[in-house]
Amino acid sequence: MKVMLVDDSRTIRNIQRNVLSQLGYTDIVEAGDGVEALARMAEGMPELMLIDWNMPNMDGITLVRKIRETNKTIPLIMVTTEAEKTRVIEAIKAGVNNYCIKPFTVESLGEKINQTLGKATAAATA
Amino acid sequence: METISVDVRFINPFIRSVHNVFKTMCRLEPRVGKPYVKVSEEPYADVSGVIGFSGDASGSIVLTFMFDAASKIATAFAGVPITPEHRDFADAIGELANMVAGNAKKEFGEGLSISISLPNVIVGSHHAISPSKSHSIIIVPCETDMGSFNVEVSMVMEKKSVAAKAQPVGAAV
Repeated sequence: MKVMLVDDSRTIRNIQRNVLSQLGYTDIVEAGDGVEALARMAEGMPELMLIDWNMPNMDGITLVRKIRETNKTIPLIMVTTEAEKTRVIEAIKAGVNNYCIKPFTVESLGEKINQTLGKATAAATA
Repeated sequence: METISVDVRFINPFIRSVHNVFKTMCRLEPRVGKPYVKVSEEPYADVSGVIGFSGDASGSIVLTFMFDAASKIATAFAGVPITPEHRDFADAIGELANMVAGNAKKEFGEGLSISISLPNVIVGSHHAISPSKSHSIIIVPCETDMGSFNVEVSMVMEKKSVAAKAQPVGAAV
C-alpha cells in the first residue's frame, strides 16, 4: 500500500514514516506542501494520505478540498496542531476520514491509521 | 518592586501545552519555574523557535534554547541524533514551537478565531530577543533532564472570548 505524507516538517514526516514502518507500511512518498502533494499524486495515486493543516504554498484544508473534487474514496487523515472543534468540523466537511491532533504518540497515530483503513475497507466492500 | 497584571489566559495554556508536547513527543517532564516579565534582552539564546498569532488574539510565542539543550531535546523529539549542524535541527525546533502554540491556542476560548504562523527559527550563538515597546514578554522558565529552555509569551487579546473569563494575577518584577 502506498502512503503519502504531506507535512512541511521533515522531522514529522520521519516520525510518521517510523510509525507506518512499525505498522508494516514501507511504500511511502513525501510532500512538503499541498502543491507538491498534487504533483506527486499525478505521478501515482497513494492509497492513504496523512495531511498537515498549516503548510506553505497550499495548506492542508485546501489540498483536501482539491482532492475531494475528483476523488471521493482515498482515505485522508488530517494530522495537525489545529485542535479546536471548529477546525475539526471544517476538516470533516472538507472530506477527511479521520483527524489526529499533534502531539501524537506512536500508538495514537497508529490507531488512527488502522481505524481509517478499517473504515475505508468496510465502506469499499459495503 | 513593581507589580504588573498578567492574564493567565495566555500563560497557563502555554504551560499546559509545554507539558503535553514535551511529554508526548520527547518523553520529558518539564519542571516549570515562576513566570516573570522580560525587562532586558537577557536571557540570551542560541536557538529560538518563533510562532506568530493573529486574529482575535495576536502576538507571539518563542521557545528559546542554548545549543546543548536544543540538540538533546531535538534528538529526543526526532528519535535520531540531531546536532546543531544537522539539516533537521531548525525544523525540529520549529515543529516543537508549532505544537506548543497550536495546543495552547485551543484553550484561549471557543468562539475566537485565531491563526498561527508557520514556524520561524533563529539559529545563532547568544542572540537576543528584545522586548516590544508596546507589549510585555512573559518568560516561563522550564527545566528538563536534558537541559533548560524558556517559553517567551507576548500576547494581546483583540476580542473578548465568550467562554473564557479573565483571571488576572499579579507578577512581581
